Amino acid sequence: MDLDPEDVFKDEEDDSDNEIFQQSASSKEYAVYLVDASPKMFNTTCPGKDQKDETHFHLAVSCIAESLKTQIISRSYDEVAICFFNTREKKNLQDLNGVFVFNVAEREHLDRPTARLIKEFDCLQESFMREIGSQYGIVPGSRENSLYNALWVAQALLRKGSIKTADKRILLFTNEDDPFGRLQGAAKADMTRTSLQRAKDAQDLGISIELLPLSCPDEEFNVKVFYADLLGLDGEDLVQFMPSAGQKLEDMKDQLRKRMFTKRIIRKITFVITNGLSIQLNTYALIRPTVPGAITWLDSVTNLPLKIERSLICEDTGALIQEPPKRFQPYRNENVKFSMDEISEMKRISTGCLRLLGFKPLRCLKDYHNLRPSTFVYPSDQEVVGSTCIFIALYRSMLQLKRFAVAFYGSSSHPQLVALVAQDEIAKAGVQIEPPGMHMIYLPYSDDIRDVEEIFPDTDDDAPRADEDQIQKAAALIKRIDMRDFSVSQFANPALQRHYAVLQALALEEDDIPEIIDETLPDEEGLARPAVVKAIEEFKLSVYGDKYDEESDFLGKGKVGEVSRKRKTIVENAAKESANYDWADLAENGQLKDLTVAALKTYLSAHNLPVAGKKEALISRILTHMGK
Amino acid sequence: MARNKEKLVLLLDVGPSMHSVLPEVEKVCSMLVEKKLIFRKNDEVGVVVFGTEETNNDLTKEVGGYDNIVVLEDIKVVDGDLIDTLQKLPRGTVDGDFLDAIVVGMDMLIKKYKDIHKGKKRLCLITNAIHPIKDSLEGTKEDQVETIAAQMTAQGMKMESIVVRGRLSQDANTRIMNENDRLLSIFSKQTCTRTVYVDSPTSLLGALKTRRITPVTVFRGDLELSPNMKIKVWVYKRTQEEKFPTLKKYSEKATQTNKFATHQVKVDYEYKSVDGSSKVVPPEQRIKGYRYGPQVVPISAAEWDAVKFKPEKGVKLLGFTDASNIIRHYYMKDVYLFIAEPGNTRAILAVSAIARAMKEMNKVAMLRCVWRQGQQNVVLGVLTPNISQNDKIPDSFYFNVLPFIEDVREYQFPSVNSFPVSWQPNEQQQKAADELVQMLNLAPSGKEEALLPDFTPNPVLQRFYHHLELKSKQPDAAVPPLDGTLKRITEPDPELFFENKSVIDALRKHFELKENPKLKKSARLLLPEKPSGSNHEDGDADVSAQAVNSIEKSPVVKIEKIGDLTPVQDFEVIMSRRDSPEWVGKAIKEMRDKILGLLSDSHEGDNHLKALECIAGLRKGCILEQEPEPYNNFLRYLNLYCQQKGMSNFWQLLAPRKLTLISKSEAADSDVTDDEARRFFVKAEPKPKD
Repeated sequence: MDLDPEDVFKDEEDDSDNEIFQQSASSKEYAVYLVDASPKMFNTTCPGKDQKDETHFHLAVSCIAESLKTQIISRSYDEVAICFFNTREKKNLQDLNGVFVFNVAEREHLDRPTARLIKEFDCLQESFMREIGSQYGIVPGSRENSLYNALWVAQALLRKGSIKTADKRILLFTNEDDPFGRLQGAAKADMTRTSLQRAKDAQDLGISIELLPLSCPDEEFNVKVFYADLLGLDGEDLVQFMPSAGQKLEDMKDQLRKRMFTKRIIRKITFVITNGLSIQLNTYALIRPTVPGAITWLDSVTNLPLKIERSLICEDTGALIQEPPKRFQPYRNENVKFSMDEISEMKRISTGCLRLLGFKPLRCLKDYHNLRPSTFVYPSDQEVVGSTCIFIALYRSMLQLKRFAVAFYGSSSHPQLVALVAQDEIAKAGVQIEPPGMHMIYLPYSDDIRDVEEIFPDTDDDAPRADEDQIQKAAALIKRIDMRDFSVSQFANPALQRHYAVLQALALEEDDIPEIIDETLPDEEGLARPAVVKAIEEFKLSVYGDKYDEESDFLGKGKVGEVSRKRKTIVENAAKESANYDWADLAENGQLKDLTVAALKTYLSAHNLPVAGKKEALISRILTHMGK
Repeated sequence: MARNKEKLVLLLDVGPSMHSVLPEVEKVCSMLVEKKLIFRKNDEVGVVVFGTEETNNDLTKEVGGYDNIVVLEDIKVVDGDLIDTLQKLPRGTVDGDFLDAIVVGMDMLIKKYKDIHKGKKRLCLITNAIHPIKDSLEGTKEDQVETIAAQMTAQGMKMESIVVRGRLSQDANTRIMNENDRLLSIFSKQTCTRTVYVDSPTSLLGALKTRRITPVTVFRGDLELSPNMKIKVWVYKRTQEEKFPTLKKYSEKATQTNKFATHQVKVDYEYKSVDGSSKVVPPEQRIKGYRYGPQVVPISAAEWDAVKFKPEKGVKLLGFTDASNIIRHYYMKDVYLFIAEPGNTRAILAVSAIARAMKEMNKVAMLRCVWRQGQQNVVLGVLTPNISQNDKIPDSFYFNVLPFIEDVREYQFPSVNSFPVSWQPNEQQQKAADELVQMLNLAPSGKEEALLPDFTPNPVLQRFYHHLELKSKQPDAAVPPLDGTLKRITEPDPELFFENKSVIDALRKHFELKENPKLKKSARLLLPEKPSGSNHEDGDADVSAQAVNSIEKSPVVKIEKIGDLTPVQDFEVIMSRRDSPEWVGKAIKEMRDKILGLLSDSHEGDNHLKALECIAGLRKGCILEQEPEPYNNFLRYLNLYCQQKGMSNFWQLLAPRKLTLISKSEAADSDVTDDEARRFFVKAEPKPKD
């Protein structure tokens, strides 16, 4: 993949007329991180990275920090707020005790994450005790209920935006499974009731509450004590809750920095099966090369963005051209002109539809019949009722008969023959891995296929073919280096990950650029296993005999030898030729310019100097060489 | 460029049995020269036709024999005249001898170039090879061919033979064909000859490579199986899109009289500050900014270079895996070809052994490739075996680029089984679909595979070069319609669809499609655009093609109801539907309701004109369909209706527009005489009841 800045804005090669089909703004996510800052969070530890124990508070904060760093790349339009409860200080619009909303300058409480937020949040732990402080908000004898206050503040923060366009979540980090455990009797019952009511109100407003429980080493977080009621868990969900919550925490930390795309239809196309039978299909881009992201040109002095103005200038007159110019192609000693209309007319060789031409067995689709990433098609009954039914029928037939459809896709910019390959749904553990539908594979034309194999036929003999033994040895080798559970796209793009890491380090003014593991490197350790080494050696022996090292050496030398020998003869000849002139004398008297270029070059070749350039350049090079 | 000048002699069979395909031969050869005129202006081309009545070639004059072969153009640098010659090839009268033609072609190349330019000399033979070649004076035909082949190799000539067979030459003698095929295969075996067989005009257009691109290696070096086992390979592109030529922008500013005007346009980019000042920021003051959340982080090129990902050049094996683990649609780009270093026997053997073992075990290999030093990223992909069918050509691998995790978007789609029952095909529907998939077979056994990508030319390019040639002669030439032969690429083969008419009809019968009534407006997007290529129907299209084409003209989305916007047009469309006899009745009834609706909704006569249009439309339709009764009855009813509602002012509008009853002379079934029809309004006016 080339990191081509020109391609940055391109999501799909299609032209602009598909924009009307684009779905409205994708739904955003609003999240409030609600972190328990009670002394218990600071007192309990769990084994963290580097075998050192870290406090639960630290764990929660670093988890959020990681998550923010991912989010700013993957979904930077999502908005977040960070809020602590059980704090000494208070800071919130409602002026409630024990709740502190963390924020940085130039940012609303619930807003898109900024580099500054991430940076200051990273440094928060040092200053936390001094500036915010930890204090139980729920103590016997007081009417304060910090959990209730926290939920209230969070709900108020999430008042922004409609639930139709945004997903609203509260993520609650705590290690206290029984927040009202210290209370007794009526006070406890009352606080429990009001807190549950507050949570329910929030949920009724479309806000989902997620709990990320932190277990103490000696005692697992018991969700049944209080939070099951708050979250509304029962039955199977309750049993599943703890294991899945642990996973969730892990996931938050180890997310990949990857730009997320919301599912959208690229375009709606008509699939003409036969005359009078046309169905509607939607196309989606499931696989497209990802590029680092848009580049904005800045003025390096002011750091202000620049706008680019493009102008067309006539080379003959220097006049500015306003109207879109015609195009031309030099041909038969004249310029043949085309208007843009003619060009688009020429490209329109069919209606914009996808037209079925017939079917072929899957084996006819060769490995070299490929040009671009495929496009996924899925039927829709939105405009033509009955489309899905025909599509499913054809899809099932094609799967069963192992055939693909050949169709002509007459898009206005790029009309092409395509293969429609039916893909059965593949799901693992309830997760869809391959969606059911058809993939449109763009087929090359004969103009696009190059017969490169045929350039070097050995005209004297037949090409060498491996014998049975060599094939056996190769088979043994293949068995040894087998990647059993391989699936496509299990590797992260090292260049892209590096890009994001560099960007993050520079934006947050971090000193170190986080190390990126290049997963695409071969498994050296695995290849060094004795069994593998043995298989490789056996294969080597059967093909190369015991001359492998000699051969590679010889070939290398042979090539170099030939070239250097050639060069040597040139130099020798040139030396001989150049000896015919008295160079020092010629240079002295300024007569070099009277010599021919060829003669001048003999001197240059004899002294291993470059021979390129005009006569003046050659002369000055000679003079420089002679030290004049 | 000049040192790669190709010297090509076209050997074209123009005998009587070739006449049917000569138009295609003319097209493909002109295209070849048209492309050369643009991309390889220094190439040299000669044209020889055989099977002509006349004879005109050097060998005849020198040694005799070689009859019925004419050198149309001597070998010369390509020019426009060559195209003119190729566009009107003579139609021959004799069955040609392709071997004689090869000898004439070789003789031309040898005389002109002696034995220099090895490997740049090429012969291109287009024939159907269904007629016997002359017996040799000494030795068998095989011996003769072998002698010629040996000479060809010695001279460093290449040959490309395109043999037109199958549907294009039915009544041929199998014995002769087999003999000729055997003779041609000697060339394939002993020389650099590529022989292809085509059996449709479309693939004939695609079979000849009209543009030679000198292949360039993407990578030369080691394929590392492990740190101590490396195979020397060269990597080429196997497919690469031939793009629509980038045309230069034309400036009309220069005066007509200026002979030296280049007419070129320079594209100038200026970077200006957004704050409104018109100051241009010089390049050295510009810096790239990358988005990080709402901010933009400036990073200079030097900074990037210091920290960016810099992989080492090399191609490394990650491992082998089952072929089924790699799903076809993950292939990302154009395709590469890995061949063992030419001339390196051990490397060729190693590639051959691994490719064959992979094929046997149904395995593929995963590779990590960095083609050149300084490349900014690694390429991950899959190596699949390409077992050579030709003894001359060593085994090789194909390489396809696969996506990284970041490139895959995990959209979820509902499972097809989760749809409501009404969306699921029933047993008959499934059967109809199965039949279709089975019967519309483009690769039937024993026949050439239709639309094989290797033989399918790009219709847009074909059209461009055709248009270019036309325009060079006549600057205002219109875009030519799409060639009939090329329509076999963009549209279904009428023959195939006609043969399977019953299957298609069954499919139509079993599936019902309706326009979603809720989405009237956007449905128009589904109406087909008129293809510019099919403006003109082909005069020579056969009957079945015409039958199909006439159906084709009916709109893709069926109109089933008369809408508010264009009631008359809707009515006409429904009236002309032929898939059920009920439509006419339905259309008339709907139109009546529409007219009455318009009248009753009318406020101060604002709908009257529209209603009149509808009545006129209804009348016309009823006459066309010879259904006078419904219209006449309706008009009589309308008369009463107008009286009752006090709308005589509307009624008076009908007479001047001659919207009277349909008479016998207009429709035979009518019970109204001409006289009666004429009197209808007169009578109706003064006295309401008749």
